[in-house]
Amino acid sequence: MRDTTIEVTGLRKRFGPTVALDGMTFTVPPGQVTGFIGPNGAGKSTTMRVILGLDAPDAGHALIGGQPYVSLRDPLTQVGALLDAAALQPSRTGRNHLLWLAHSQGLGARRVDEVIAQSGLGKAARRKAGGYSLGMRQRLGIAAALLGDPPALMFDEPFNGMDPEGIIWMRGLLASLAGQGRAVLVSSHLMSELQDTAGHVVIIGRGKVIADTSVADLLASVSGDRVMLRTAAGTRAAAVLQWAGAAVDVTGPDALTVSGLPAERVVALLSEGSVPFAEVTAHRATLEQAYLELTKDAVEYQSGGPDARAGQAEL
Amino acid sequence: MTTITPSPPAARPARASFTRLLRAEWTKFRTVRGWVIALCAAAVMFVLLSYLSAFESRYAEPSVPTGPGGEAVSDTYMFLHQTLTGDGTLTARVVALSGAYASPAPTSGNAFGTSARGGPDSQLDRGLAPWAKAGIILEPNTRQGTDYAAVMVTGSHGVRMQYNYTHDRPGLAGPVGPSSPRWLRLTRTGDLITSYDSTDGASWTKIGTVRLTGLPRTVQIGPFVTSPAYLPAGAAAPASSVATAAFDQVSARGDLARRSWTPDAITGSGYYPYESPARTWQERSPSAFTISGSGDVAPLVGDILSPQWAGASIVNGTIVALLSVIVLGTLYATSEYRRGLIRTTFTASPCRGRVLAAKAAVAGSLAFAAGAIATAIAEVITRHVLAANGSYLFPQSGPDLARVIIGTGLFLGLAAALAVALGMMLRRGAFTVAAGITLLVLPGILGSQSGNWLMRFAPTAAFAIQATLPRSSLVTSDYTPPNGYFPISPWVSLAVLAAYTAAALALAAWLLRTRDA
Repeated sequence: MRDTTIEVTGLRKRFGPTVALDGMTFTVPPGQVTGFIGPNGAGKSTTMRVILGLDAPDAGHALIGGQPYVSLRDPLTQVGALLDAAALQPSRTGRNHLLWLAHSQGLGARRVDEVIAQSGLGKAARRKAGGYSLGMRQRLGIAAALLGDPPALMFDEPFNGMDPEGIIWMRGLLASLAGQGRAVLVSSHLMSELQDTAGHVVIIGRGKVIADTSVADLLASVSGDRVMLRTAAGTRAAAVLQWAGAAVDVTGPDALTVSGLPAERVVALLSEGSVPFAEVTAHRATLEQAYLELTKDAVEYQSGGPDARAGQAEL
Repeated sequence: MTTITPSPPAARPARASFTRLLRAEWTKFRTVRGWVIALCAAAVMFVLLSYLSAFESRYAEPSVPTGPGGEAVSDTYMFLHQTLTGDGTLTARVVALSGAYASPAPTSGNAFGTSARGGPDSQLDRGLAPWAKAGIILEPNTRQGTDYAAVMVTGSHGVRMQYNYTHDRPGLAGPVGPSSPRWLRLTRTGDLITSYDSTDGASWTKIGTVRLTGLPRTVQIGPFVTSPAYLPAGAAAPASSVATAAFDQVSARGDLARRSWTPDAITGSGYYPYESPARTWQERSPSAFTISGSGDVAPLVGDILSPQWAGASIVNGTIVALLSVIVLGTLYATSEYRRGLIRTTFTASPCRGRVLAAKAAVAGSLAFAAGAIATAIAEVITRHVLAANGSYLFPQSGPDLARVIIGTGLFLGLAAALAVALGMMLRRGAFTVAAGITLLVLPGILGSQSGNWLMRFAPTAAFAIQATLPRSSLVTSDYTPPNGYFPISPWVSLAVLAAYTAAALALAAWLLRTRDA
């Protein structure tokens, strides 16, 4: 598959007094799902519109395989995008919606029927789009994005309105698209939706990147080496562990939180010191927690100093 | 592999094939059933309204004579004639020409307003019609529409030589009166008729010679007087009129069969509005007459038979179709903004100017096709209905008919393209429809009241593409939109609308380029 890395460099954009993008910079490499995560209003949709040449940035640029979107020939065959699933003419059938898109790219009705099958739209494709549920609209939008069999894909909040079955299908689809070597950018305001799907996450807040990292690194950075310890002999346990270099917080009458040591080492130290304990749990952070922590930080750093997290925004 | 440009290149939109854009836009249009139905409904309403307004117009008109060129003519006058066999000359002096007109009463009109004209029972006021005529005429017979040659004094166009209705040559200028009498002379030599004028009866000036081919050996010759309907100064509407002329020193050379004059009021079936004077003629001496006449010897123009203008029905149909086309073009453009679909469109085809062009082309072509087909059907139906109602229909040439059909299609097509451009500019349906009506319909309604400049410079000028009535410099008439006359020539009028459409498209393209989608 061709190099269709999406590169976003130094995007700035303001709408009147509101700064929507404030130096947004990141890269979406091919072959994996990149989660694009941030609270509502963080600039996810604006960034995607800029990538697609719909909005002009005040500064910076977005390239796809080294080229700006507007200079792509038959762009849907290079980048597929689902921006707003509700953007449909209600009196047009789903199939006809795909048909005019196909015609604009020099594609035929056969390809339309292929993506209808691929998106699971089925017989609904021949009904008027005005009567679609949000989940069906999402599937139609996904069919439209897949129409040109593009090596790069962008989905803005694709899980919105999907039922659990749809969410599972969507995760599988995203994973298989990335598995085929495509660059896949998926935005969401819910970290959990992407927990098992995204290999890479770009977390943004207030128009700039807060974290651009692999999911594994992100989890590690947040969860650190924390271990939850339940023991009746809290004072002895704390002494033993602190001696070994760990930081210990008392979080309850017989509960301690240990950081700086892995769980196996904690168990070994306590056993050596004959300290009784009821339970040792390695604390595994979820992406959700990591995300909340990061965005909370972003707010604090925002008010403190603008460049506090600049290091992490670098590529 | 694509070439990878390391530094961001200037964003130069890739030019998608225009055929693909057209195909996509056409698919968009045809897959919304409501739009297709609305387009067909526009065509049906066009035909229906044309039919209804033709059906409403019930003005039985007797048949109108046609001149030697096949054109409709007026041929109504007071004639004092004798038979001339072979070559000969008739000379006469006109010493006075005066006139009176009938006070007008209102009648009907079309979408551009009503017009009024004099009725036969009106009172007469003094006033001489500019094209009142008194002189000598020669013709093979006294049937209406026959060939002729004449020399005459006129109300305000001096001495003229006129022949076969449409031909005119000037002689002595200035008005006729006791202090400035005019001598007129008409000479026949074989097929050739020569006219002369003189101020003193001694020195003569030749005005012109005309060959009336096929002129029989025996013809009718003599003094005549007529006075056409016209718009008197200060009057609100055209009126029929009467002229009275004093002839003297009437002398003939050649074989005049009888030495006495036969008076004939040539009125035919009475299609031309004329006044019957109290006394049509008086012989003051064997060579001096006073003659009063009413009517005209000239091409027939539409004003005289205004309610029968077949095009009025087409105009009414066009206005309805125009409203539909404005709404349809608007929806075709603004519905994409309403739904946010425009982003999908510009994602698929980033070259926004070309998307606009494709959209305008699709809407324009469809409106053109619907308009041309509807006009063709409406022309056939309205002419049939009007003829069945006994209305007179001016002879219409094939090219004129083709121009009305193609031109009306283009009018509606350009209007649809203009609506698309306005829609892409304004992005809101209600604003766009209001703007479209303001540009395309309102000036037509205001045009006839607020002077002709609106019908010349506003997009509504394009109604002139439907003008088919004959116009003549030899006939004073109310050449205004209510009577089926437009102040601009047909194709120029369409160019005016095309200029507005082009300007709107250019502005819309610029806005699309500079604005975020």
